[in-house]
Amino acid sequence: MPESRTHAPDPLRGGAMEDLARDPGSRKRFLKMVGGAGAASAFAVFLAACNDGDDGGEGGSGGSSSSPDVASPGGVASNRDRGGDPKAGTTDIEILNYALALENLETSFYGKVIESGLFRGSQLALIEKFADNERQHRELLEATVEKLGGKPVAPVKTTFPLNSASGVLTLAATIENAGAAAYLGQANRIRDKEVLAAALSIHSVEARHAATLNGLIGLPPTPQGSFAAPLSMEEVLTTVQQFLVS
Amino acid sequence: MNPANPAVPNLNAVDVNGLTRGSFILRSAFAVGTVYSAGAIGPYVKHALAQSKAGDIDVLNFALTLELLETAFYERALTLRLSGEVREMVQVFGTHEREHVAAIKETIDGLGGKPDAAPRFSFPIRDERSFLALAQTLEETGVSAYNGAAGQIEAPEVLAAAGQIVQIEARHAAAIRTARSQVPAPLAFDKSLGMEQVLQAAKPFIKA
Repeated sequence: MPESRTHAPDPLRGGAMEDLARDPGSRKRFLKMVGGAGAASAFAVFLAACNDGDDGGEGGSGGSSSSPDVASPGGVASNRDRGGDPKAGTTDIEILNYALALENLETSFYGKVIESGLFRGSQLALIEKFADNERQHRELLEATVEKLGGKPVAPVKTTFPLNSASGVLTLAATIENAGAAAYLGQANRIRDKEVLAAALSIHSVEARHAATLNGLIGLPPTPQGSFAAPLSMEEVLTTVQQFLVS
Repeated sequence: MNPANPAVPNLNAVDVNGLTRGSFILRSAFAVGTVYSAGAIGPYVKHALAQSKAGDIDVLNFALTLELLETAFYERALTLRLSGEVREMVQVFGTHEREHVAAIKETIDGLGGKPDAAPRFSFPIRDERSFLALAQTLEETGVSAYNGAAGQIEAPEVLAAAGQIVQIEARHAAAIRTARSQVPAPLAFDKSLGMEQVLQAAKPFIKA
């Protein structure tokens, strides 16, 4: 099968980042989605990384030391100054809250889809199953954030274009593919082994949802070929911000 | 297949080819979980070299054995009479597993390890039905194996690559379940298996 390796521009130079840096509305939605101080610090790191450009030396000290020292939620120490460690920069609580924000979005989405009455029969059963999966993800993530001493982000208001069954399935595929890529994008930044295990057990379920929905809209279950591609927080935001009500 | 998939915007937008380690780390400040395509295995290995411990080679050889098993399984399936749709799935999924084998071998080599030799396999499949049933078992085992082994991986780059592979195994599992009219995501949380459990599960298919 053809490999879809478009050599697209560096995502860190891409639109998502510039939107966030320039557009207060976009930034506000991002902060709202991932919530509170955690988001603020994540956003600060993100901006610092942006401004540093490509010239940082070995060990990435430029990126980490220039990050504003914003307190992490729940008093968990931020681990931003471990130059050379790709995990540096975001605490597990921030990652969990980011994942929780996505699960809140998915739960809200499926709730509205079920309410819309656009589906019946086996497709409705499938959507209800996926909705139940997402609800359970949300519960586990909330409990884990609390267990680590953080504050779970609250759901934000969402809006989805629910005009036709086929449109909804395409939308669902978009959201689930982005969701799977979002977990993949965070996996190797997670420090705690239990948090990692939980994230991975969710990641592969999101992948199942994505593959199934792809099938329903005539796409291959593995549109990227042999290796799935991760998405950064900013790329995920680009995909989902249209669904957030600011 | 449709690489220009409108449903997954920007999914191929990350590329680490040609990045120095320093800029790699800088860019990683947010775009962590970098993509390693088969073509980008070179830089990936270089990064992993600096951080990996001997244990990663063991985990990679464990994954290699699983991928070899899956590759042999799909090759064997091609000798069966299959419907057009299932045959296409076998070809596509078989290609994925073969590329996983190649990437894992290259990584083990790069880490200074020695890739385990391929065992000889044997699979009790004789028709589409028995193929699909065993395919589901093997793919589910693959998902649980990667999810279970991930916690033992030391190098972030190796973990990222394992994540890229397990997502594909999960997608295979869902597609095969759908082909068998089964719920594609029966559990909210996929199970993990320990290496010993996985090797026990694989044993019936390994000759000698």
